Amino acid sequence: MKSIKSIVRPNKVDDVKDALAKLNISGMTVTEVRGHGKQKGHTAIYRGKEYNVSLLPKMEIESVVPDTIVDEAIKAIVQAARTGEIGDGRVFVFPVLESYRIRTGEKES
Amino acid sequence: MNQADTAWMLIATALVLLMTPALAFFYGGLVRSKNALNTMMMSYISLGFVGVLWALLGYSLAFTEGNNWIGSLANAWLNGVGLEPKGTIPHVLFMAFQATFCIITAALISGAIVERMRFSAYVTFISLWSLAVYAPIAHWVWGGGWLADMGALDFAGGTVVHVNAGVAALVAAFVLGKRQEYPSSSLLPHNVPFVLLGAGLLWFGWFGFNAGSALAANGIAGLAFVTTMLAPAATLVVWSFLDLFRSGKPTAVGAATAIVVGLVAITPAAGFVSPMSAIILGGLAAFPSYIAMQIRAKTSLDDSLDVVAAHGVGGATGALLTGVFAEKSLNGIADGLLFGNPGQLATQAIAVAAAIVYSGVVSFILLKLIGAVIPLRASESDEGAGLDITQHGEEAYLHVGSTSSRAEVM
Repeated sequence: MKSIKSIVRPNKVDDVKDALAKLNISGMTVTEVRGHGKQKGHTAIYRGKEYNVSLLPKMEIESVVPDTIVDEAIKAIVQAARTGEIGDGRVFVFPVLESYRIRTGEKES
Repeated sequence: MNQADTAWMLIATALVLLMTPALAFFYGGLVRSKNALNTMMMSYISLGFVGVLWALLGYSLAFTEGNNWIGSLANAWLNGVGLEPKGTIPHVLFMAFQATFCIITAALISGAIVERMRFSAYVTFISLWSLAVYAPIAHWVWGGGWLADMGALDFAGGTVVHVNAGVAALVAAFVLGKRQEYPSSSLLPHNVPFVLLGAGLLWFGWFGFNAGSALAANGIAGLAFVTTMLAPAATLVVWSFLDLFRSGKPTAVGAATAIVVGLVAITPAAGFVSPMSAIILGGLAAFPSYIAMQIRAKTSLDDSLDVVAAHGVGGATGALLTGVFAEKSLNGIADGLLFGNPGQLATQAIAVAAAIVYSGVVSFILLKLIGAVIPLRASESDEGAGLDITQHGEEAYLHVGSTSSRAEVM
């Protein structure tokens, strides 16, 4: 089992969701986040003062998937979230040690 | 000159001016958070550009004698608009009251093109539109033009304001095309309390809009005030049942929409119909707009905030029903169909049709002309990032120093 954490443009969340649904991955947690990588951010002007807003709004999508479809899932996410411009985001993959379903208490493999 | 009339019209003018910020909240709540400021600015900017143009040219084109189609430049730059009486109030005050109508009518159109139109193109459009479309139609109905001569009834602007803006909105949505993500479930309102706040403030301001259109503190103003209270109330009741039957739940966005539809529908009738007729009129007006919204949702026409269904359809319904429910015994002007004058309904239909054709054609031409100089739409990547950052360099919800962005002075 692996956890795939994708940080994508906010307007790409639906596309990523659809792409994962095609692989029968239905579980995910989506969080509004802010951050920056290579993308510089933008200049904001409030009351005549310029500010550099370096942390830009992104969406983080976390999904735990079986090892067998990790590669496919990553490929699907990258394809769905890409625009080719700086600021498209990142995909991180982590190992998951154990997973329990709260309703039943059963351990999943 | 009458001091009571003047006092009331000072307040009514301020009330109508408040409707444009109210509209900003109504529309602003209905869009996604990344476009909240841009959407609200589309209303606010009308206070500036359209307000100034009205004083420079619009008022003169609409309200001086001229010919049947358009006024003259006799009052341009407010020449000759002074403290002398116009009716029973100062001429300058009459001009300001009418300015607030032009400002909100132009702003209404924005609901059809939110989340994608380039701000500079939008400002250019409503500026030219206020002179080329609003001023002539206002002249036809209120400035002594051909619809006034025909006897078309439009107490506070069902045709001039709402049909007119609704048609311009339809054309603008068509010319601009749909948002990249339309239709998609993610295009949801980001702040429904804003929508309710906006609808409430619109209702409040609308008392100035309708009761102020009596241009005096008299019985007709009282009648218009009461019909403005009762018609939206009836629309709200009917709309809630329609929501209940269709989806099992009366929705908040539906309630806000119903109030606006009821207000739009009573606008042309406000000073011409009895309070009981207003309740029936308001109740009936729910159906065409409700159905129009259901149909629109199934098409690819991205009239994002349903300006056509609420203002176009609601305005036309109200204008036609004015020809049904008007009573001469109330204000001495004309009877409608129910009171033995079926011809009034035909006159009303002609007025609505004229506004549809003129507003449709000229709005289309204006958009095409502007589009030849400035791209009408924001770039694709700007639309994706949101128009707040890309058009204004600001964000509506920037949590400085807490969980998100750290703003550094450069």
